[in-house]
Amino acid sequence: MEANPRTTGRLPAAFLTPGSASFMDFLSAHSPEILPGNRVLPPVQGAIEAPHGTTIVAVTFEGGVILAGDRRATMGNMIAQRDIEKVFPADEYSAVGIAGTAGLAVEMVKLFQLELEHFEKVEGAQLSFEGKANRLSTMIRGNLAMAMQGLAVVPLFVGWDVDRGKGRIFSYDVTGGRSEEHGYAATGSGSLFARGAMKKLFREGLTEEQAITLVIQALYDAADDDSATGGPDVARKIYPLVNIMSDEGFRRVTEEESSQVARSIIERRLEQPDGPRAELL
Amino acid sequence: MSTPFYVSPQQAMADRAEYARKGIARGRSLVVLQYADGIVFVGENPSRALHKFSEIYDRIGFAAAGKYNEYENLRIGGVRYADLRGYTYDRDDVTARGLANVYAQTLGTIFSSAGEKPYEVELVVAEVGPTADGDQIYRLPHDGSIVDEHGSVAVGGNSEGISTFLDQQHRDGMTLAEVLKLAVQALSRDTNGGEREIPAERLEVAVLDRTRPQQRKFKRVVGRQLARLLEADGAASTPTDAPSDTEETEASGDSDE
Repeated sequence: MEANPRTTGRLPAAFLTPGSASFMDFLSAHSPEILPGNRVLPPVQGAIEAPHGTTIVAVTFEGGVILAGDRRATMGNMIAQRDIEKVFPADEYSAVGIAGTAGLAVEMVKLFQLELEHFEKVEGAQLSFEGKANRLSTMIRGNLAMAMQGLAVVPLFVGWDVDRGKGRIFSYDVTGGRSEEHGYAATGSGSLFARGAMKKLFREGLTEEQAITLVIQALYDAADDDSATGGPDVARKIYPLVNIMSDEGFRRVTEEESSQVARSIIERRLEQPDGPRAELL
Repeated sequence: MSTPFYVSPQQAMADRAEYARKGIARGRSLVVLQYADGIVFVGENPSRALHKFSEIYDRIGFAAAGKYNEYENLRIGGVRYADLRGYTYDRDDVTARGLANVYAQTLGTIFSSAGEKPYEVELVVAEVGPTADGDQIYRLPHDGSIVDEHGSVAVGGNSEGISTFLDQQHRDGMTLAEVLKLAVQALSRDTNGGEREIPAERLEVAVLDRTRPQQRKFKRVVGRQLARLLEADGAASTPTDAPSDTEETEASGDSDE
């Protein structure tokens, strides 16, 4: 975007107004039409057909937190994409995973990443973890009109809280309501099954490797019972994306590592299709 | 009613330039230099919080001498410009050349409009390229002109003396430790030819390091890492251990804040 083609080319007043460190505040002053929440939708009958992202899971472990997602996007009963990316780093210490309308979700994540980076550059300091979570709330709330037409975006926000020294998980609803989850959380169409699996497998003090196995098990169970969630695709070498945040920052598990875990899970499930069994009492 | 005196346009402009130059000269100088792995910003700054150098975008850094409130405004304007451009198009479409143009237009318009006081600032916009050939450094004086610089540039109070010194001493492909020592040497030179000592805690140092694995190449060099680089023997510090130095102190730099 050019600074201002109509006048001398100097930066317009909105660029030089001191005060706000928020990129979204700046956008709403300078070019409000770019903000997703300001778009006027024509009234439509029924739902709009667009690719939807499905299941996202998160789990805390000793010294960090993991966010993982399956790779499928569906449109009605069709698979729209097999290798979609639904978990993104938000900044050095946090990540966001999205379920819901893929196009809108990707735009929201891009704006959210920029919001965090912009604040950091202008202020010279990072937003607090709560501050980041609240900014995401505001953005989801801005999407409410779209959500009411069936284009909802429901993320999980996960990261390492540098001030408190622990991994934290926030889940959201379509109205922007946020709540902190303890231990584990899931969102998206397969979340019911994934949450059930994690409920039985989770315990305090997991190691990083155990936590990686846990999230892939949960995604496997989600794919087992939800047609919109994709399981590990051994033939095409498409595996769940697993992101780890710890005091060392953000790290994405390599494809080699996640394929190894996924393969050993598949191996075990050949004998026990429902996966590991929990104690009865 | 009194008739206003006639002032020729030449005289009016010369007066404004004089005003701006005096304002800039009151501030301390800072230097921007190329080294083997990128671009380094060095200046004397007693404040830990009010920075002279800052990150604009992935590969673009900003340095300013002169009046704080004026360059801070321009800095934030630049961050907004870069972020908006990157959001509208792509991160690769944000360039130092584009930013320098916008700054030049802004400074130029303010300088020549009779209603505004000229800004008492001199800026440097630098972009680190994938190789040293791709590095770009632009100097933007108060009047809206752009100077495309190579190797080294100095702005602020005693910039002329420092520039001459750097032009003679600076070579391509120096290591970070070498270039840092050269910069401190240059900054310690007084206008009257004498030298004074600048302690490490009064130095503000930042780098645009092309070897950084992250997308954002800007990083402040503080604390132990800065001390180690200043102490390091120029010959002993090879370019290969420079990046590992950078990474090692990153954590300590963050925890310092």
